[in-house]
Amino acid sequence: MTTDTVGRFERSLDELAVSVAFTSAAGATDRLDAVLETPAVGVPLPFDGVSLPERVAAEPTATELADARTGITPATFAIAEYGTVAIESRAAGDEPVSLYPEHHVAVVAASDIVPDIGAGFDRLADRFAAGGDSIVFATGRSATADMGGLVHGVHGPGEVTVVVLEDR
Amino acid sequence: MAERSHEPGQSDTGAAPNSRAETAAHLRHLLETEGEAIHTQTSVSNYRRAQAYDETDNLDALRTEARAIKEDAIDRLPELIETVREAVEANGGTVYLADDAADANAYVADVVEDRADTDGSEAATGSEESGAGDGDRNRPSVVKSKSMTTEEIDLNDALEADGIDVTETDLGEWVLQVADDTPSHIVGPAMHLTREEIADLFVEQFDPDVEFDTPEALTRFARDHLGERIQAADVGITGANFVAADSGTIALVTNEGNARKCAVTPDTHVAIAGVEKLIPSVRDLEPFVDLIAKSATGQPLSQYVTMLSPPTNSPTVDFESPDEPLGGDDGTAGANRDREFHLVLLDNGRTDMREDDQLRETLYCIRCGACSNSCANFQSVGGHGFGGETYSGGIATGWEAGVHGQDSAAEFNDLCTGCTRCVDACPVKIDIPWINTVVRDRVNRDDDPEAYDFLVDGLTPDDEPDGFDLGKRFFGNIATVTKLGSATAPVSNWLGDTELVRSLLERTLGIDRRRDLPTFERRSLVDWFAARGGERESRRRAAAAGPEDRHSELDREVVLYPDIYTNYVDTDRGKAAVRTLEALGVPVSVPDLPESGRAPLSQGMVATADRQASRVYAALAEDLDAGRDVVVIEPSDLAAFQREYERFLPERSFERLRDNTYEICEFVFGLLEKGADPSVLSTGDSDGGEDGDGDRDGDGDGNRSIAYHSHCQQRTLDLEAPTTALLERCGYAPRTSSVECCGMAGSFGYKREYYEVSMDVGDRLAREFDHGGTDLVVASGTSCGDQLEALLERDVPHPIEVLAPDSTV
Ligand code: SF4
Repeated sequence: MTTDTVGRFERSLDELAVSVAFTSAAGATDRLDAVLETPAVGVPLPFDGVSLPERVAAEPTATELADARTGITPATFAIAEYGTVAIESRAAGDEPVSLYPEHHVAVVAASDIVPDIGAGFDRLADRFAAGGDSIVFATGRSATADMGGLVHGVHGPGEVTVVVLEDR
Repeated sequence: MAERSHEPGQSDTGAAPNSRAETAAHLRHLLETEGEAIHTQTSVSNYRRAQAYDETDNLDALRTEARAIKEDAIDRLPELIETVREAVEANGGTVYLADDAADANAYVADVVEDRADTDGSEAATGSEESGAGDGDRNRPSVVKSKSMTTEEIDLNDALEADGIDVTETDLGEWVLQVADDTPSHIVGPAMHLTREEIADLFVEQFDPDVEFDTPEALTRFARDHLGERIQAADVGITGANFVAADSGTIALVTNEGNARKCAVTPDTHVAIAGVEKLIPSVRDLEPFVDLIAKSATGQPLSQYVTMLSPPTNSPTVDFESPDEPLGGDDGTAGANRDREFHLVLLDNGRTDMREDDQLRETLYCIRCGACSNSCANFQSVGGHGFGGETYSGGIATGWEAGVHGQDSAAEFNDLCTGCTRCVDACPVKIDIPWINTVVRDRVNRDDDPEAYDFLVDGLTPDDEPDGFDLGKRFFGNIATVTKLGSATAPVSNWLGDTELVRSLLERTLGIDRRRDLPTFERRSLVDWFAARGGERESRRRAAAAGPEDRHSELDREVVLYPDIYTNYVDTDRGKAAVRTLEALGVPVSVPDLPESGRAPLSQGMVATADRQASRVYAALAEDLDAGRDVVVIEPSDLAAFQREYERFLPERSFERLRDNTYEICEFVFGLLEKGADPSVLSTGDSDGGEDGDGDRDGDGDGNRSIAYHSHCQQRTLDLEAPTTALLERCGYAPRTSSVECCGMAGSFGYKREYYEVSMDVGDRLAREFDHGGTDLVVASGTSCGDQLEALLERDVPHPIEVLAPDSTV
C-alpha cells in the first residue's frame, strides 16, 4: 500500500458518493461512535486495539438486525481502483449486518487497500485457499433503475461509510 | 370449440405472428406502446457502455482473456461438471444435473417441499388461488433473485402449479410478476414500462395509502413488501452469473442486493445455472467481473459481486426465533444452523449446442445485454419484438435455436440486419451477426416450397434449396436483378413506378410499396470505364496529374471494386472515385468482378455467399500477386472481404485479400498522409486549395460544415475515423451521427413487415441531421444514403463525390 493507493481509493469512494473517514486504531472506537446512528448492530472487528462502540449490539438478533439503522463490519481488503470493500461471510454475521441496515460502515486497515482488481483477486484467491468460502465485493450503494429513475438503497444500504485505519 | 381471438400480430397458435401483415402489425404495436421507453434506456446504456470501454486501457486484452477462458471452459465442460460436483459435495452441498426444464423444475419443487416440511410450517395444500407472493402462510414459499435461466424453464409456473408461493425480489422482475408480463430485455426486464405505468399497476393491485409520485416512493414500497417475503421464505433461489468449478463458488452480480438476501437469509439456497456458466476457478472470474458491468450499463463495476461457496458460514436470519443471536463462531455455526445448498446445473440443449460448430459460440455469452443495447432495431421495438420465448436481442437467435428450437428463433431472427454494431460491444467477442446468418440459413432450408417460385427462378442462379421465402431469394440474388434492371433501363425504371408492378412486388416479394425503388443506370460503371479508354487511359491521366518526382510510396495501382450498386445504380460515386485517384496520380482499373456475397449473406444464403467468395478471390488473385490495391466504395462489401471471408477462404487467401483491400476514403487519406497533394481535390475551406500547400489545420475556421453518417459495418471495421480525418484535411468541418444504424440496412427497409421499424430507426438519424443547419449531408453506404434521401428529401452523396476534382456537390 502506498499513499497513492489510499488517495486513489478515496477518489473512487468520492465518485460513488461513499463517505470516508481516516483514523488511528486508538481513535477508531470514538470515530465509529461519531459516524453511526442508532439503533446499530455490528460484528467483532479483528483489528488490534479496535472494538465496537458500546451502543452497538455486538451479537444482534434477527429483530435487532431488522430494526438497525447502522451495521458495522470489517472489510478483509479494499480495491482502490473501484472503491470496493471486500466483505467476508463469517459465522458472526458480517453478510447480513453489512446488508440489512440502511447505513453500512466498513472498517478497513490501510495496509489492506490494494491498488487494482487484479490484486483484489489475488487476495481473494489467498483467502479461499486459506479456508474462506464467501466474499462480497461491495462497491457503492445499493441501487436500482427499475422504477423509472435511479434510486439508491433498495434491498441493501443506501448509505455507506468506509473507516480507514491508518496505522493498521 | 371456443372461438379463437385474433389479436393483431398473433397467429392462431398464440405464438409469433407468421405473415408479413401480422408481423408488421405486431411491430407497429410495439413501436407505439413500448418503443419510446425501450429506446430511452437502451440508448443511454449503449452510450455509457461505449464511454466505459473507451476509458478502459486494457479493454481488448480483457475481452480476449474472457473469451479464451470461455472457450477453454466449454471445451472442458464434462470435466468441469465433475470438478464442481466434487467441490460442492465437499463443502456439504448437492449438485443436480438436469436434462431439461421438466427435470429441473421437478427437482426444485421437491427440495422446496422437503425444506418447508422440515421447517415445520405445515406445508398444507391450501388455497389454490393465491398468486404472486400473496399466498397464505401455510404454503411453502420461495424468494427468487433475477435469473433468465429460470425464465427459460418457466420455473415459477411449475412451482406455483405445485402449490408453492414464488416471489421475485428483483424490482423489475417483481413488477413483471405483478403485471403478469414477460421480460423485454435480458438485463432490464421491465424497461418497457414507464414509472407511471408501474405506479398505476401498484395502485390497482395493492391499493396502498401512499402516493406513488416518485421512483423513490415506488422503490420504498417494493422494498418493504419484498423484505417481508424474504424474511418469511423457506427457500431462496438464485441464478448464477458464473460458477467456479474448483471451489464450488457461485458468483452473483447485482446492483440491488436482493440476490445476497435470497442466498443467505433462508436456510436453504438453490442456485440454478446453465452448464455453460462453469469456469475453472475463482481466479478466472477477474476479467468477467471487470467487464460485465461496463458492457451491461457502462458502470465501472457492479455494486455487489457476491462470490459464495455454499453452504456458507453466514448465519441464517431466522425471523421465527427473533430474539436469539444470529451469530456463532466459524467452527460451529454451519453445523448448528442446518444450512442446505443445491446447485442445479441445467443442460436443456446446451450439450447439443456445444457439439454444434456454429452455435457453440453462443455458450460463451455472459448475458450482459450489450448486443441488445447497441442494436438500432432493438432500440425501437425491444425484446417483445426482437426476442423469442425467453431471450432477446441479437444473441437470442443462438439461445432460442439451442434451447427452444429453431422455430422460436425464426420468429424474430430477420430483425438482425447484420449491421455488426454488437460485435464491438460484446465482452466475449461473439460474432453475433454470423450466428444470425447461420440460423437464417437453416430456417430457409427448412421452409416449405411456395407458389411463386417461377417468378424468381430465372433470376436465381444460387446454391440454395428450392422453395424458401421468395423475398429473401430475390434480395439474395440482387446482383442478377440489378444487372437486368440496368440492361433494360429506362423501361425497368418506368415499370418500377407503376402501381401494378408495385402491388405485385409487395405481394410476391414483400417489397413495401412506400419505398422508392432504385433507379438503374443504363450504362454501368464498368462500361463507362471501358468506353473511356480503360486502364490505358487511366494510366495516361494519372501520369499527367502526378508530379514527376513521385516517391515510391505513392506509386500505387488500384483495382476499384464495382459493387452492384456503384456499378448499376449509383455510378456517380464510382466515377468520382476514379477521378479522385487519377488526380492523385494513381492509375485505376475497373474490371467486371463477381458480386461479393454480401447480398446472399444478408438473406442467410451461406452456400451462395461461400461460392461468391471463391469467385471474387479467383478474379482478384492476379492483381493481388501483382501488388495492386483493391479499393472498395460500398462498406458492406468491404466488410464481407474483411470479416466474413475468413469463414469461406483458406487463411492465406483471406489474409492476402484483407490486407490489400481499402475503403475509398481510407485509401485517399493514406495517400495524403504519404505526401499526396490535397489541393487537387475539391476542398471546403474558403481559400479552397489556392495555396496548394496542403497545410490545413481543420480547426473549423472558415471550413464548410458537413454532416456525415458513416456506415454501421464501416464503423465496426474502425473506418469511420479515416473519412472524418480526410474531410477535415480537405477543409470541411464534419459532424458525425451518434445513432448506430440508418435503419435501411440493405434490403431490410424494403421489406413490408419491417418498413415501419426501418423508418423509426431512420427518423432518429434524420432528426440528428435536421437541426443544426448543415447544408451538406453525406453517407458512405448506399442504403444509408437512400434512407437519408427519403427522410430528408435532399441529395445525400458519398463523401468521395464531394471531394472529387471538379465536384459539383
Ligand atoms: S452475446 Fe455478448 S453482448 Fe450479447 S448478451 Fe451475450 S455477452 Fe452480452
